[in-house]
Amino acid sequence: METGTPSLEAIDLHCVRGERRLFSALSFTVRGGELLRIGGPNGSGKTSLLRIACALLEPTRGEVRWAGENVRRLQEEFWRQLVYIGHANAIKDDLTSAENLRVACALAGIRVEPARIGAALARLGLAGCENLPARVLSQGQRRRTALARLALSDGMPLWILDEPFAALDAAAVEYVQNLIAEHLSRGAAVVLTTHLETRITAATTRRIDLGAS
Amino acid sequence: MLAALRCVIHRDLLLAARRSSDVFTVLLFFVIVVSLFPLGIGPDPALLRTIAPGVIWVAALLASMLALQRMFASDHSDGTLEQMLLGATPLGMTVAAKVFAHWLVSGLPLVLISPVLALQFDFPQELLRVLTLSLALGTPVLSLIGAIGAALTLGLRGGGALLSLLVLPLYVPVLIIGAGSAEAAAAGIGGQPQLLLLGALLVFAGAFAPWAVAVALRISAE
Repeated sequence: METGTPSLEAIDLHCVRGERRLFSALSFTVRGGELLRIGGPNGSGKTSLLRIACALLEPTRGEVRWAGENVRRLQEEFWRQLVYIGHANAIKDDLTSAENLRVACALAGIRVEPARIGAALARLGLAGCENLPARVLSQGQRRRTALARLALSDGMPLWILDEPFAALDAAAVEYVQNLIAEHLSRGAAVVLTTHLETRITAATTRRIDLGAS
Repeated sequence: MLAALRCVIHRDLLLAARRSSDVFTVLLFFVIVVSLFPLGIGPDPALLRTIAPGVIWVAALLASMLALQRMFASDHSDGTLEQMLLGATPLGMTVAAKVFAHWLVSGLPLVLISPVLALQFDFPQELLRVLTLSLALGTPVLSLIGAIGAALTLGLRGGGALLSLLVLPLYVPVLIIGAGSAEAAAAGIGGQPQLLLLGALLVFAGAFAPWAVAVALRISAE
């Protein structure tokens, strides 16, 4: 199964933001079924690295390849296979959780029936909140709504998650870890940044610590 | 892909409906600005008839300007824009859907109310059709051109003033042709050439502006 999933390769990445050199000569490969954990102190360039990996940001030097092709050339072809959940939750205050989730799925090109939306929210412990406007939800519940998209993205071979556990309580961290472990066992690749010690079962876990040198 | 575009339009309309004060601000601004002219100039029917198309067009331009800043601002601040950039649909198409939704809530109401406002100027009723048609063709062009400015000034401090400086000069051709159509019709030479020109501008802007906006949005994300 692992051979079916293309791999994400970073080759000799350099990133300079403003005057600061965040990282240089960074290379890694993530294959199907593998988890890549990016660590490092605040401001060490974790988010920049993830944004470079999803082709939102252009690296100062080097390139990121998906299935052997530069992601900045692949564009939609790459994005159709990618789930990126950033720092910002992409939640609209005036929409309900279910509506927010439906919009997120439509933008990602995932077709879902209404029943599955409810099930995905319930999976993240949000049963009963489907029809509440996001305005009245707490920070953690908003994060859960954003992450509920993962439960509907089982067909996407690459997940890139920026601090997925921020603002989550212990129970929600558990739900999300289970989702990630399930996804890895399906042979997909997951890249995430976190400060927590995660307990995610994966065939291979790689670690990169930025700002260590 | 069509499902995604329909969803974007539906979402923007839903957001506008739940926050209807934004829509009414633009509409009321338009109504008030247009109404100030007859009050300020005084009751001279001949003069009012002459200036009516120009006044209505300038007010429509300013009102659409007012709504521009909101086009991408909230999507930018809450992270939805990132998801659009990384979406399965080509960004230009998503942008076109957003601009269309934006026009439906900020441009179309102006078009619909303009015949009523024209009555204040004693504007000949048989020419109302030309005026309304010119606005119906012209205001989408304003939204499309404005979207480029809104995308370029996204996330800048004091972007509002910069946006006006950037976009208003680009509105000039639309203003000249749009107001010219009703004036030509009033002069008895028919406004059809101007309307055709506006239609051509709309087709041109509709085809190219969304892609320019897409490039500007990608730059703003870096």
